[in-house]
Amino acid sequence: MTNTVHSNGHIAIQANNMHVYYGNFRAVKDITLQFPSHQISALIGPSGCGKSTVLRSFNRMNDLVATARVEGEVLYHNHNIYDASVDPVEVRRHIGMVFQKPNPFPKSIYENVAWGARVNGFKGNMDDLVESALRQAALWDEVKDKLDQSGYSLSGGQQQRLCIARTIAVKPEIILMDEPTSALDPVATLKIEELIQELKKSYTIIIVTHNMQQAARASDYTAFFNMDEDRAGYLEEYNETNELFTNPKNELTEQYITGRFG
Amino acid sequence: MIVREHFDRDLRHLQDEILRMGSEVEENLVTAVDALRARDLKRSQRVIEADHWINQRQLTLNMEALTLIATQQPTAKDLRLIAAVMNIANELERIHDYAKGIGRISLMMNSDPIPPELMAEFPEMAAKTGSMLHRALDAFINRDDALARAIPAEDDIVDELFNKALKKMTEAFMHNLTSYEDINRLGWANHNLERSADRVGNICEWVGYMITGKFEEYM
Ligand SMILES: Nc1ncnc2c1ncn2[C@@H]1O[C@H](COP(=O)(O)OP(=O)(O)O)[C@@H](O)[C@H]1O
Ligand SMILES: [Mg+2]
Repeated sequence: MTNTVHSNGHIAIQANNMHVYYGNFRAVKDITLQFPSHQISALIGPSGCGKSTVLRSFNRMNDLVATARVEGEVLYHNHNIYDASVDPVEVRRHIGMVFQKPNPFPKSIYENVAWGARVNGFKGNMDDLVESALRQAALWDEVKDKLDQSGYSLSGGQQQRLCIARTIAVKPEIILMDEPTSALDPVATLKIEELIQELKKSYTIIIVTHNMQQAARASDYTAFFNMDEDRAGYLEEYNETNELFTNPKNELTEQYITGRFG
Repeated sequence: MIVREHFDRDLRHLQDEILRMGSEVEENLVTAVDALRARDLKRSQRVIEADHWINQRQLTLNMEALTLIATQQPTAKDLRLIAAVMNIANELERIHDYAKGIGRISLMMNSDPIPPELMAEFPEMAAKTGSMLHRALDAFINRDDALARAIPAEDDIVDELFNKALKKMTEAFMHNLTSYEDINRLGWANHNLERSADRVGNICEWVGYMITGKFEEYM
């Protein structure tokens, strides 16, 4: 199995022999995977194969699920984020997450962006920070005249970009996205995909998607996950996206991406 | 459960069309040479007319392939098959142009007497190229990478025949055996046959790519 990729740059985060359990159920087994810096990596695979579980393991979001347990290590800057000494809140400041359904707060657009930074003790010019985050999220031009309006007043696609701005405002290094466009229409989806291409200049992006064409269009690397007979998810193949979609190494990958199973 | 039944059917259709087009091209290349040698202008004319049909097939195949790309988002083996189909169709169209060219030459030479030894190599060149093409399409249908890789080397035989014929033509020219125009025309026929075999080599490379995912130059 291939789990390293040839990238000239640095590795932003990597999992080594990671297993994730919910109670006695092993949802994900033996994941070893490296994500290159300033690249977009996509996680694809059939529903229930553990993509979200894997993604949540990269910023200790699984800590919030009582039954969840992670074995193995996740290395970020040579530190295992699961070491007892590590503060999960600090991890999440460096490794942000954007969810499937846009989840703005019932507050103004401005406050939605400022909130994370404020919680993290940001002392600089908040107006500048909000503007810069909204610009990076390609939302500024659409909202600059109504920053005090509720985040809920925006369309679904705009709400998702607002959530991305909120994540960016904390200045993370890595952004995790779990099916960020599955609740959006095609045009809003393409806007987010364009945005992601821009964001990779400043951030490392790992995106879960059930849409293979999205992975093919929008990512540099693709990891294909599958399930074994015990329903444990495992990494079937990992490669540059171009290669994985034109010449996959494994028969199962071939069948999945050509739509013959899954 | 059979998923993507329609898509699979469309892919099979593309391959059937390549085979149909391929056997027509193979046959017409041999016919073009036969008719030239027999001075059978009617058959030469038929080869020329068939070219229109081949151009149509090529165009239709390319359009059908593009439609599948636009509507089915093919990946991996499917995508490589479609790429191979488009390129093989283009190569077949060019080979048929060469056959048509030989038909045209036959008509231009009209009923001029031509020393038969100047065309002595042509039937073998056409037969060899036809056989290479036939097996290249076998390799395509049977996904036979080893066969696709082996065929292009046979081009050496065609090249040898080409040189042999060229030498005779040069001598015929020097000894004023027949008109310069006719020797020049036969030189083009010789060239067409030699190029046809090269294009079969290109087809083999696409077959190899389709099977392995790596494009390699075999020649
Ligand atoms: N909070 C949870 N408690 C128990 N089981 C869970 C929980 N979250 C996910 N699972 C199970 O873990 C497996 C992987 O789920 P998930 O990571 O959501 O897959 P995917 O994102 O690939 O669809 C599934 O069998 C799912 O039912
Ligand atoms: Mg999921």
